[in-house]
Amino acid sequence: MPETPAKLTVHDLACARGERTLFTGLDFELNVGQLLLVRGGNGRGKTSLLRLLCGLSSPLDGEVRWRGDPIRRTRDVYHREMTYVGHVNGVKDDLTPLENLRMAAAIADRPLDEAHALETLKRMGLERCLDLPARVLSFGQRRRVALSGLVVAGALLWILDEPLTGLDVHGVALVETLLCQHVAQGGMVVMTTHQPLALDGVDIVPLMVGELSAAPGGQ
Amino acid sequence: MTALATHYDPTRENDSFSPLRFLWTVIRRDMLLAARRRGDWLTSQFFFVMVVSMFPLGIGPEPEVLRMVGPGVVWVAALLASLLSLPRLFAEDYRDGSLEQMLLSPEPTVLVTLGKALAHWCIYGIPLLLITPLLGVQFSLPAEAIGVLVISLLIGTPILSLLGSIGAALTLGLRGGGVLLTLLILPLYVPALIFGAGAVDGALSGIGYSAHLSLLAAFLVLTLMVAPWVAASALKVSIE
Repeated sequence: MPETPAKLTVHDLACARGERTLFTGLDFELNVGQLLLVRGGNGRGKTSLLRLLCGLSSPLDGEVRWRGDPIRRTRDVYHREMTYVGHVNGVKDDLTPLENLRMAAAIADRPLDEAHALETLKRMGLERCLDLPARVLSFGQRRRVALSGLVVAGALLWILDEPLTGLDVHGVALVETLLCQHVAQGGMVVMTTHQPLALDGVDIVPLMVGELSAAPGGQ
Repeated sequence: MTALATHYDPTRENDSFSPLRFLWTVIRRDMLLAARRRGDWLTSQFFFVMVVSMFPLGIGPEPEVLRMVGPGVVWVAALLASLLSLPRLFAEDYRDGSLEQMLLSPEPTVLVTLGKALAHWCIYGIPLLLITPLLGVQFSLPAEAIGVLVISLLIGTPILSLLGSIGAALTLGLRGGGVLLTLLILPLYVPALIFGAGAVDGALSGIGYSAHLSLLAAFLVLTLMVAPWVAASALKVSIE
């Protein structure tokens, strides 16, 4: 496989939900060390865009490319390098946090470093919940389990749909640190949020999604 | 923090066992989750036992009549019991988002649907096989016929799980999906029912049962080849 530089490109992307067209002609490019911040009102298609970028749904028109190839064709390579945390956490109620991470790693076909996983869970403030099934955890705590999985997976591209929902002040600060570190390490992030973010020194690419043809802003 | 994983890992790329390993991961996962939640799957086993046991009570104790209806009753009850459990096949994982994560796995989605159908068979089908000899006695079936009944279910119940996974994937996220699933899938169960119950009838009447069992096995092979792919496509449509 040729070693093309990691880059997420979107060409002339259009998306429709049912009869309604959410956006058309969306173009952008995301390079290593950048964070794409998707903004837009409720129901404007932020989540739909993120699902298109993951390959969970297919666009009405246009193409998403990873390292220059359409993600349809290089699905396995792309999915190995990408982690998605959606609206729902993907955390199983009957498993403990560590078992959840173990399962997620097995499903994503990634090796799991147990010590690192445990350390990450503790870092995410779940020290006191390690023996509890996720059923008894609060929404914010389950969110933290999902975000721990994101860190442990160590993927290059993070696609995050409202990662801050349900998190307390410390949680938000923690996520901000994680994002900064990830981008500084040469990672890439695509995320949506309605909350203000304090990301110092991060190369943020803003993107408005809406009825009008969206134009990428300055970098 | 560890370094970011690189996309290209030659040891994994040439690993021809990786699909099998992933399949086993999916099966093990579903079985672990079922073990944590026993009440869920025991209900359909009890349903099977109850339905089958109602017939001798309703029909009366004549051994001739019971022997005649027995194989059909056990088979129909097995179909209904599998339909009772199928709506949960993908629904739980869909609700908590782990189904999305499974579709985002680098491994093909068809392994997810195949693995989940096989896990469903292990959880719902195998216990059914174990109780059946006891239920056969209720219908005063001779030992040979009970043996054929168990073998026919052994070949037949994987068909029910595999075909059922198509229906479960198609009706995922729909309101009243359970009823729709029944209407969609029951007609597809008909060949399994005919050959399965027919094998036991053959054993009872002395015509022989091997033809029926062979056809049932052929149907299983066909289902095994087709159903996971259809279910995977249906799943992608449902989750979009």
